[in-house]
Amino acid sequence: MGLISNGSTLFDSGSLDASVASGSMTHIKTLTASDSSTLSFVNGASSVVLDNTYKEYVFKFYDIHPSHSGTRFQFNGSVDTGSNYNATKQTSMFVAANIEADTDTSLSYQPGDDLGNSTGFQDLAGFGNANDDNDASLAGTLQLFDIANTTFVKHFIARTNYMTTGPYPVDTFTGGYFNTTSALDAFQFKFTSNNIAAGTIKLYGVK
Amino acid sequence: MAVISNGTTIADAGAFSASLGSMVLIKTITISSGTSTISFVDGASSVVFDNTYPLYKVTYSSVHHATDGSQLQIGFRDGSTDYDATIQSTSFTTYHQENDGESSSDRLNVSSGRVANSSSFQNLHQSVGNDNDQCASGEILIFSPSNTTFVKHYLSRLDSCHDSNANMDSFIGGYCNTTTAIDAIQFKSSSGNIDSGIFKLYGIKDS
Repeated sequence: MGLISNGSTLFDSGSLDASVASGSMTHIKTLTASDSSTLSFVNGASSVVLDNTYKEYVFKFYDIHPSHSGTRFQFNGSVDTGSNYNATKQTSMFVAANIEADTDTSLSYQPGDDLGNSTGFQDLAGFGNANDDNDASLAGTLQLFDIANTTFVKHFIARTNYMTTGPYPVDTFTGGYFNTTSALDAFQFKFTSNNIAAGTIKLYGVK
Repeated sequence: MAVISNGTTIADAGAFSASLGSMVLIKTITISSGTSTISFVDGASSVVFDNTYPLYKVTYSSVHHATDGSQLQIGFRDGSTDYDATIQSTSFTTYHQENDGESSSDRLNVSSGRVANSSSFQNLHQSVGNDNDQCASGEILIFSPSNTTFVKHYLSRLDSCHDSNANMDSFIGGYCNTTTAIDAIQFKSSSGNIDSGIFKLYGIKDS
């Protein structure tokens, strides 16, 4: 049965009419940390979709809080559905930072946080280690393009803001590519050591 | 006829009352063979690029150029058939070679992609490689293109495989220095064709 309102078909045959402007960003999965060592999104598991259904995937980070100071928030990709998080990456990073006392500012490339064809985890926050003060956290976005493509490398861009020891707010820009022609089908987030005490990560697919 | 569920009007007067999302996919153009230009023209081929939306976004995924060292470019149309709206812009990049061989001064730079009140196309990155697995992915936001009082701003971020086998993260900001409405945009390679890639145009609702 279709629905026609004021002469306009709104839906029919089990789907919205093509003339109806509908949203293109679909929420796929939310994971909430509770003193978690890792948070993982794996294609085909727990209702997660990470394949060629969408050409762009977006992760959003809310109130990511480390259990300990002296750590950095990181991510990695998998080409074997989460058995290993070790996809090769080539990346770059720069930051803008300003200490709360307003006595030190920085705009700089972060050679210690980029990866040169490495399988290691990629930092999503540079310049300094995360602060574990009660009100300290990280927020931001990670966009991944065409992850199921088996011809080309797969690019990503990220921007996060977090509180490091100092304390500084640090605006971190990370870009790079997974230097593989294998499809990526899982992603994992963690701190360099200890746990994610709290925080939420949401995954979206963009039509 | 209205559709009312549990006291809430879902649809009436030929339109949905309930939110269907604010980011609307308008058009997808998939390139699978050598193509000289990719255009989104208001009123043509189901494209909307007018005051329907205050913000438009184009994503480009896995864009592969025929010519090594070429650049993806965008041009803006402001009232004629030519994509020659005057633009003023800034550009900076991060750069990291796969062999870690770049000089420290090349890692974060104001780049040559900036344009000074010119009717030329805007480069969205520098010198992409054309190895079989090399490509570029990113996005551009275009604000209020149909405004006839102010200049029209755009912001782009794109991650690419530089032809020197490096990751390059390119940031472009600028404006079309005209009070004439922009009614179409065009992408092309600075040299040769675009052999493959996916271009998606979205409109972002303001309510």
